[in-house]
Amino acid sequence: MGSITVSSLGKAYKQYPSRWSRLLEWLLPGNQERHRLHWVLRNISFSVRAGEAVGIMGVNGAGKSTLLKMISGTTIPTCGHVSVGGRVAALLELGMGFHPDFTGRQNVFMAGQLQGLPTRQIESLMPEIERFAEIGDYIDLPLRVYSSGMQVRLAFSVATAIRPDILIIDEALSVGDAYFQNKCYQRLAEYKSAGTTFVLVTHSVEDVVKHCDRVILLKDGRIHADGSAREVSNLYLDALFGATQASPPGHDLPDADVLVLETINQGDVFMQRPGYQKTEHRWGHGGAAIIDYKIVADGGEYPGRIESGVKTSFYFKVHFERDFNEVIPGFLIKSLDGVFLYGTNSCISSNRAERLCAHAGETCVYRFSLEINLNQGHYLLSFGISTGNPAAELLPLDRRYDSVIINVGCKQPFWGLIDLNAEFDCIGR
Amino acid sequence: MLLSIPKSLWAYRGFILGNVKREFQTKYRNSMLGAVWNVLNPLAMIVVYTMIFSKVMHARLLTTGHSFSYSIYLCAGTLIWGLFAEISGRMQSVFIDHANLLKKIHFPRLCLPASVVCSAMLNFSIVFSLFSLFLLLSGNFPGWPYLALLPVLLALLLFASGLGVTLGVLNVFFRDVGPLFGILLQFWFWATPIVYPANILPIKLLTYLPYNPMAGVVAACQTILVRGAWPHWADLLPVCLWGLLLSGLGWRLFRRHSAEIVDEL
Repeated sequence: MGSITVSSLGKAYKQYPSRWSRLLEWLLPGNQERHRLHWVLRNISFSVRAGEAVGIMGVNGAGKSTLLKMISGTTIPTCGHVSVGGRVAALLELGMGFHPDFTGRQNVFMAGQLQGLPTRQIESLMPEIERFAEIGDYIDLPLRVYSSGMQVRLAFSVATAIRPDILIIDEALSVGDAYFQNKCYQRLAEYKSAGTTFVLVTHSVEDVVKHCDRVILLKDGRIHADGSAREVSNLYLDALFGATQASPPGHDLPDADVLVLETINQGDVFMQRPGYQKTEHRWGHGGAAIIDYKIVADGGEYPGRIESGVKTSFYFKVHFERDFNEVIPGFLIKSLDGVFLYGTNSCISSNRAERLCAHAGETCVYRFSLEINLNQGHYLLSFGISTGNPAAELLPLDRRYDSVIINVGCKQPFWGLIDLNAEFDCIGR
Repeated sequence: MLLSIPKSLWAYRGFILGNVKREFQTKYRNSMLGAVWNVLNPLAMIVVYTMIFSKVMHARLLTTGHSFSYSIYLCAGTLIWGLFAEISGRMQSVFIDHANLLKKIHFPRLCLPASVVCSAMLNFSIVFSLFSLFLLLSGNFPGWPYLALLPVLLALLLFASGLGVTLGVLNVFFRDVGPLFGILLQFWFWATPIVYPANILPIKLLTYLPYNPMAGVVAACQTILVRGAWPHWADLLPVCLWGLLLSGLGWRLFRRHSAEIVDEL
């Protein structure tokens, strides 16, 4: 129960050169084909274990919705097949096929009947559905007067009124307000621990890393990557922004000696440094390589713990294989669950003061210094080096996403991730 | 495969009956008289036909003499034609009308035509009960031959739904089918002896009448209701044959193209 197996699945739509050609194809004897197949998905194979939460990502038109439709059974595959174990509930394209002229209540009954539930059971679920959707008196008004948020509230409440074995959601939740989204994710988490398999299409990297164990990235109708949420969502961001994605700062002269001392060794020693993460995602067009890094805080190198609020320097060393008339080092911090906390680059952090250039064979050291005003916990660092015009398009040369983990300590307790240093006063009484 | 249809329709009976109920509820929502309109409309039709034709125009059928005969003739024909037109007309667009549902939920698609048949039958039975009541009160109730309406209706249902599903599938792929059928239906209505008696047709045309499957059905109803006699069963042969043929064709089309229907909507 709850498993999904998709094997060599493909979907093609028939395209006819003119209105008449379909008629001719149907009527004329002999099986001459007059259409062209337009493939939107090809050779898709994966399986999902019961209780697993899988995100499907991809740019618009990558075939995500078509894939979900085939899993839920509304669209028939052109080749390959899908087998699902157990009862599937699907929220496709923001709805459950609600009818605009029926009232919310009538639509709930219709959706329930479509899932094969007996009327008595729907009646007994009705109060719970109304309670969860929180749309008040609207339940007895026709659906056409609903806002899209209300429709999604109702649809989600119906689809999850009974725990399904498999729940498929196509972007629906992004329509709801934050309060309702939160409520939905709570219910999902509950169902997940009870064994429900969960397939979600979303464009939100944050949602995916928070709620999915695994992400499948579709690109041009094929599986481009299939792996852990954090890893694959990085790839997704690359697919989205390509060369223009975040990239951080640099500085070289003062203090650089710490690292420069070790530059005699031109090898890539990055991976031998404390805090290095084997799960890093490294990519880029080449021409430069980030080969070493160093963290200095309170005079200590590679501190086991960085105190929140303490000025910390992050050095990294880049070896250039070609000449570049402008390079832009970059730096970013993420939380462990992938939330992007802060990112900057040399142009931003130096106020565009100087243009950095690099020559073939040269090794440069860059530094970002900042106070880590974060709550206690572990955080992931990414380093990058790009070239190009920062105002227009950057070409990434080497990027090492999530390559270093740091441990931040915080003596002053507060809630949340970021210390905004609030001050409090009592003004009169 | 053929047996799986009634099985899956039975499993989704809640949905089909729910559709009928919702349609009924939705039709007159926001009206103060509500469901009463379902009765008032056909009542008005019966009153108009009887008052105008029997009392004002004194129209009579030549064969039987009593004053309501033409009104009954007219009602019998239009009611049965109305059932046919409602089923076939709504079925030809049933997949297009429910595109939203078909694209989002997985369910046996034949539930949709089945709902059309059920709700058309419901409407028909309301009107027809009123009409039967009128027959009883005016002393024109046909007696035992009334029972013969049942097989006539069954034959009509077979024919209308066969035609409806065939057109319904075709209409998804060739959208000209819908409007074309609308026009055809008007010619068909006047080509069937509903408003006029068959015997006013010239002999030449009369020989073609058996090729019109609806002529047999309408004639059978008129025989039962106007003359109170048993119908000529042979008149129903064309409609049954056409019904089987079209149901077979409809089923074949549906099976071959059901996967593509959703792609095309």
